Amino acid sequence: MPAVEIDAQGMHYTPLNRQIREAVTNGATEIVLKNIMGQRFIGDGLTGTATITVEGVPGGDLGMFMKGPTIIVHGNADHAPGNTMDEGLIVIYGSSGDATAHSMRGGKVYVRDDIGYRGGIHMKQYVNKKPVLVVGGEAHAFLGEYMAGGLIILLRLNQNTNMPFAEMGLASGIHGGEIFVRGTVEDWTLGIGSAAREATPEDLASIKPYISEFCEQFGFDPAVIMASSFTRIAPVSARPFANKYTWE
Amino acid sequence: MIIGSRPLKFQVMVDHDQCMLCGRCVENCSYGVYRMEDGKIRVNSRNCVACHRCLSQCPRDAIMIAERPCDYRNHPVWTDQVRENIFKQAESGKILLGGMGNTGDYPIIFDRLVLDACQVTNPSIDPLREPMELRTFIGKKPRQLELKYGPGNDVELKTKLVKNLQLETPIMIGHMSYGAISLNAQMAMAKAVSESGTFMGTGEGGLHEALYPYQNHMIVQVASGRFGVDVNYLDRGAAIEIKIGQGAKPGIGGHLPGEKVCADVSCTRMIPEGSDAISPAPHHDIYSIEDLKQLVRGLKEATEWKKPVFVKIAAVHNVAAIAAGIARSGADAVVVDGFRGGTGAAPAVFRDHVGIPIEAAIAAVDTKLRQQGIRNEVSIIASGGIRQSADLTKAICLGADAVYIGTAALVAMGCRVCGTCYRNLCTWGIATQRPDLVARLNPDEAAVNVSNLIHAWTLELAELMGAAGINSIESLRGNRDRLRGYMLDETMLDVLDVNAVGA
Repeated sequence: MPAVEIDAQGMHYTPLNRQIREAVTNGATEIVLKNIMGQRFIGDGLTGTATITVEGVPGGDLGMFMKGPTIIVHGNADHAPGNTMDEGLIVIYGSSGDATAHSMRGGKVYVRDDIGYRGGIHMKQYVNKKPVLVVGGEAHAFLGEYMAGGLIILLRLNQNTNMPFAEMGLASGIHGGEIFVRGTVEDWTLGIGSAAREATPEDLASIKPYISEFCEQFGFDPAVIMASSFTRIAPVSARPFANKYTWE
Repeated sequence: MIIGSRPLKFQVMVDHDQCMLCGRCVENCSYGVYRMEDGKIRVNSRNCVACHRCLSQCPRDAIMIAERPCDYRNHPVWTDQVRENIFKQAESGKILLGGMGNTGDYPIIFDRLVLDACQVTNPSIDPLREPMELRTFIGKKPRQLELKYGPGNDVELKTKLVKNLQLETPIMIGHMSYGAISLNAQMAMAKAVSESGTFMGTGEGGLHEALYPYQNHMIVQVASGRFGVDVNYLDRGAAIEIKIGQGAKPGIGGHLPGEKVCADVSCTRMIPEGSDAISPAPHHDIYSIEDLKQLVRGLKEATEWKKPVFVKIAAVHNVAAIAAGIARSGADAVVVDGFRGGTGAAPAVFRDHVGIPIEAAIAAVDTKLRQQGIRNEVSIIASGGIRQSADLTKAICLGADAVYIGTAALVAMGCRVCGTCYRNLCTWGIATQRPDLVARLNPDEAAVNVSNLIHAWTLELAELMGAAGINSIESLRGNRDRLRGYMLDETMLDVLDVNAVGA
């Protein structure tokens, strides 16, 4: 079946999503959305394995609750792409806004450039469902806050100097999952409940497949990246509140 | 040991003349009060929480439990509770954690409101003979109806109606998650609401497969932890509820302690076994009414606009203005949870001191929405401290469309409101995940109890309406003229928009 093209010029997100669902129901595997200009909720709750190419700038909550499809964005994305996403892949050839990959429970979000504040907040994992967020550029404060599972990799590729990561509240309240930051992080950036150390060769081996896939998407050289040192940030405890309370 | 032992909170006494040494108390007490020693039942009263499981199982009425048999020196300011709280915090340096609802000594407004009845000038209605319309629709109502008249008497409705929940009685069961309570407790309530033609909430714990047969009567919750939320879950629910806040602990999140995260709970919530399940205080994508609107719409998009979306907030100072914002967010109902709402665990300081009573909140919200001409945009569901059919009836008179009950449904299954839900030791098999304890609660039998309670309250509501000469729930809703305030001050009467008795 040839790719289905939808011209979203001036279209509200509800009819747009209805057309996407219709195309998927009719067996489309490739859907191209033309002239996207801020429509929210693209692919919201969508299931299946279709690939959706977004030409333009999608609005917030791209791929929210999505289970399976791939969304490729040629442009920047607004806040919270991959919000509570279940399975599938979102690839953004640009930057994305705050709360990218918020509460994601499975699948992958790859952002070539930067993300906003609170990236990967409250991501969680269960058995073989492990969400992955890879960011090529920089992230703002509260990266991985409340993180309960999953994996965040921050590559900081635009950072030529050896400046350590210096955004506050890193992994604040983390009680599951792990974060890898290329290079070092300032001690003061670490939020409550998190601990940092240099990544071991075993750690690096575990993230290598995602870095390779990321590089393949965006045309970076994985060898150069893997040659760098990384800092691993992980929770001190899976029970951060176990000692906070006394019985009445 | 500076503070040392305190007087017993409960003293357990066994009448050894009555006791037949059956050992049921030993077997039933999960708190470790009883042991059989030297051919006698021995007790450790200090472990007792007064859950009364032992009493309920004792064939000889041989057990007696007394509360605080030893007095502290009486003092109106430095009460026993105040002194003991200081002891505990001086020893631990920790936040006091409590279960169940508000223990503060606040007057209950419901108990200072009285209902009306007909005498002479307008006849009362006998619900035994006359039909009483209790069916309630929860969701958006159109501002006006557009009709198209065809040939003859043919009339076509042009206005597009949005999906509402159809309740056969305005009593629903609120959100208590699998995790906080057992699957058997959820099963019992799910059977009861299905039988009674009403609905219950899942809480933020996902929807266990065993509940799928009752999914048409389940409201699925999306809270800040997003536990168990996926498209399958959203599609199964009859409606979706966004939980912003909870009356028992407004402004803070929830923590399901790792002890309660067993294999099955971990599966339903989709988090690792034994890890704390932390619902943060705010939703990380909601910082304004506009953001709320985005989540409401996100959920509606995900379910193709087929499900009503409710928003639940704790009743706090500016509840009316907040509810007006929610009404404009596209939500179909606003759930207002008063400061007497129950919980499995909450910091006692929040449970007892934050939020406002549901009676004032309902009145304020209903008034504000009517003033702004948007009362039809949302239904109002009231919860938090609905103890009996009189509270239900008064809540509707104050402006609620329906109520959620919580604690009352648990009490119908045996709960004695001992308030130690967070210890995972509930002897009644309700607020625990321990398999041997959960097995004590037979879902089929408990369903009959819960269903009986809903049925009994529904009958009483119909009787009260009949006595007031009202035969339709619509005529009762917001009908504050059928209420009078007894010993309420003028300011309170103004907020409630209710006259004083005799006026």
